[in-house]
Amino acid sequence: MSLFSQQNKEVFTGPLNLNNPVVAQVLGICSALAVTSQLEPAIVMGLSVTVITAFANVIISLLRKTIPNRIRIIVQLVVVATLVTIVSQVLKAFAYDVSVQLSVYVGLIITNCILMGRLEAFAMMNGPWESFLDGVGSGLGYAWILVVVGFVRELLGSASLFGYEIPVLTDCDFFHNGMMTMPAMALIICGCVIWAHRSINKVD
Amino acid sequence: MLKEFFDKIRPHVEEGGKFHAFRSLFDGFETFALVPNTTSKVGAAIHDAIDSKRIMSFVVIALIPALLVGMYNIGFQNYKAAGVDASIIQMFLYGLIVMLPKIVVSYVVGLGIEFVVAQWKNEEIQEGFLVSGLIIPMIVPVGTPLWMLAVAVAFSVVFAKEIFGGTGMNIFNPALITRAFLFFAWPTKMSGDQVWVSQDSWFGLGNVLPDGFTCATPLGEAAAGVAPQLSMCEMFGGLMPGSIGETSVIAIAIGAVILLWTRIASWKTMGSVFVGGALVALLFDACGAEANQVAHLGLDHLWLGGFCFGAVFMATDPVTSCRTENGKFIYGFLIGALAITIRVLNPGYPEGMMLAILFMNMFAPLIDYCFVQSNINKRAKRISNK
Repeated sequence: MSLFSQQNKEVFTGPLNLNNPVVAQVLGICSALAVTSQLEPAIVMGLSVTVITAFANVIISLLRKTIPNRIRIIVQLVVVATLVTIVSQVLKAFAYDVSVQLSVYVGLIITNCILMGRLEAFAMMNGPWESFLDGVGSGLGYAWILVVVGFVRELLGSASLFGYEIPVLTDCDFFHNGMMTMPAMALIICGCVIWAHRSINKVD
Repeated sequence: MLKEFFDKIRPHVEEGGKFHAFRSLFDGFETFALVPNTTSKVGAAIHDAIDSKRIMSFVVIALIPALLVGMYNIGFQNYKAAGVDASIIQMFLYGLIVMLPKIVVSYVVGLGIEFVVAQWKNEEIQEGFLVSGLIIPMIVPVGTPLWMLAVAVAFSVVFAKEIFGGTGMNIFNPALITRAFLFFAWPTKMSGDQVWVSQDSWFGLGNVLPDGFTCATPLGEAAAGVAPQLSMCEMFGGLMPGSIGETSVIAIAIGAVILLWTRIASWKTMGSVFVGGALVALLFDACGAEANQVAHLGLDHLWLGGFCFGAVFMATDPVTSCRTENGKFIYGFLIGALAITIRVLNPGYPEGMMLAILFMNMFAPLIDYCFVQSNINKRAKRISNK
């Protein structure tokens, strides 16, 4: 089977749109609410999840035939925990401010439903290359929702993007909406994204 | 005469007419002005003598006294703050000028969204916003900018009402959601001590107050640690700073009598809110911390802030309150108790009525469920014992 067959393309693009982990499967919501009050942590979080999902998928896929079925969750957790620790240390070393902002949520990637779901549902029964594509696709599918929510929240909540204040908007009270900086509003924005997504794709 | 007018327009808005896009608008106005003579076409249906549009009109009538006193109070506070003497008429007119744009904005935005949704879904226009649209301007501070009001109304009509399926299907009271949105989105414009007195002059009426003029509500003062100095007369008459419609106990009492007499509001809910509030207020008065001024207001709690307004007009909302008769007691009692608890124990929220009602809105279906289930169980037992 060629590397970029039609099937593999679907494995990659599915989670980006029709089978999106956040808006279609409604997984990973709690971190999506927690880290999206600003754009920068949202992007970093999205990328971290993408990297971890991709490599965890590959490793589990390589090991899938040797893992005894009974203890597979433990093995998966060990792999994920190792990767999360690596990512967490890298963030602390090279992007300390963001890692402080993300606080526990980097560590909590271990329990991210998207991650466990992909390992159980995909990596345990597919080859490493497909698993890699699936992991990257799922991670990016999660990341772009975070970016959309983070963009809206930072723009309307603090009149800035990436931490830079937008000069025209800062004097306008409309762009200092305290509601936007609260997780409750993130849930509503998430709901709106799901609403838009389903009406565009005519999913019922 | 009205009927002829509507009959003349009807052909234009029916299917295929020139103005079909305004069908729901026409329908809404027609059924509002005239009692519709269409009846349900399917199934058995029991109708009351008055339909929901007539119920809504009664609630609006019940709101009028509080609204009028609120308008007068806007003028009174402004002239008092400026230290200028003025006649009652002048004060009232000033209040009217300040208040009218708020009412217009609230209705235009809210009904606009309702009409668009009704047209889009091809449904009949619902009348629920008639009451919410008048309550909303009455429960905000007078200093709330119009655009903020518009944004909040739009938010609450879409997210508290339409997404649940429109009037009658909403879990939360849309008017309170509007206030909650404003409160959390722009806290400095909704509480504190700078928003309770109108500061501008309009058409030669009123006085321009200097920037930074402050005037706290009695509850705000108490939360800041100063015991409020108010006579009984001020508390009942309503000439104190506060949200526009909530200050006058007497005017709200008139509204309450209208609602109870027409049986639109349940005396069970309304009464138990006061009982719950009174009990908890006395409890805190007896054993609250010395330094906490809010704890020692005692029964004054019931006459200050939005307690009366909430108990009479918001807690009794037939859509979001309990429907089982016994459930209404529990629902009301917990609203009163929670409202006072929030006021006393959380210095961040000088007013707890809004949060208490919204919180209990959420639990109303659960309370109903428990009572219905216990009834079912009782009857099942009775049958099996026979």
